[in-house]
Amino acid sequence: MSKRFLYVNRKAPYGTIYALESLEVVLIGAAFEQDVSLAFLDDGVFQLTRGQQTDELGVKNFSPTYKALGDYDVNKIYVERESLEARGLTLDDLLPLTYEDEDDDWAEKDSIKLVSAAELAEIMEAQDVVLSF
Amino acid sequence: MKFSILVSEGPYTHEAADTAYNFTKAALEKGHEIFRIFFYHDGVNNGTRLTTPPQDDRNIVNRWSALAQEHDIDLVLCVAAAQRRGIADADEARRNGKDADNIAPGFRISGLGQLIDAGIESDRLITFGD
Repeated sequence: MSKRFLYVNRKAPYGTIYALESLEVVLIGAAFEQDVSLAFLDDGVFQLTRGQQTDELGVKNFSPTYKALGDYDVNKIYVERESLEARGLTLDDLLPLTYEDEDDDWAEKDSIKLVSAAELAEIMEAQDVVLSF
Repeated sequence: MKFSILVSEGPYTHEAADTAYNFTKAALEKGHEIFRIFFYHDGVNNGTRLTTPPQDDRNIVNRWSALAQEHDIDLVLCVAAAQRRGIADADEARRNGKDADNIAPGFRISGLGQLIDAGIESDRLITFGD
C-alpha cells in the first residue's frame, strides 16, 4: 500500500541549500512508488521561475532538474496562488513543467496547478507524510 | 505508536537537535517505538564525534550515542549531506581518499532512501528543523 507524500518547498532556490536538498529527496523518493505531490509556497515559488542565472553566484543552476520530474512520475505540483501574486509573479514566469499521461494516450499535460492557501491546506490534510523544506 | 524523526538543523546553532532528543526520550518513556532518526541538511553535524562543547554545556553528540546504545535506535546520517559537510565513517573516508573519519558511535551513514522508508514504515514522521 502506497502512502501519500507531500514535499513542501518554502524557501528561495539559492541563499540556503534547502531547495536543492529537497529536490534530492524528491528524486530519490520517486523510486519508492509512493503517491507524491510537491507544494511551492512563500519564497519557494522562486524555485520554479524561468531563466534562472547563477553564474555570478558561483553555484550550480539546478532548476532544469525540475523539468525531469514528469519523467519520474512526479506530476502533482501545487503552487500557492497567494505566494505567487505577493511576489508579482504569474504562471507565465514559471518553468513549463509537463508530464505524459499514460491514462490518456500519453498526452502531454501541465504538472503545475495553481491553488489557494485554503485549497493547499486541504491537500496537506489529505497526506500521510509531509516533509517541509 | 511507531515514530520516525527527521533532524534537519545542526547542533548548538539550532534548538532542533535538543527538541528532537527530548521528544525521542519522552516517546520512549511512554512506551512508543522509535523506528529511525534521520539526519539531513546541517543535521548531519549531530554525528561527528569531534564535537567538543564547553564542559558546562550539554554534549549533544554523546547524548545521541548514549541514547542509541541504551535503546538500540537507528541513527542515520544522509550520505550526500554528510559528504558535503565533511562527516565520514571509515568506509566513506577510504572511498573518498580522506585521511580520517569522524562519525560518532551509534550513527551510520546511508542514503536518502532511508528517510523515505522511515516515512513508509512509521505511523508518524516528525520533522525537527526550521
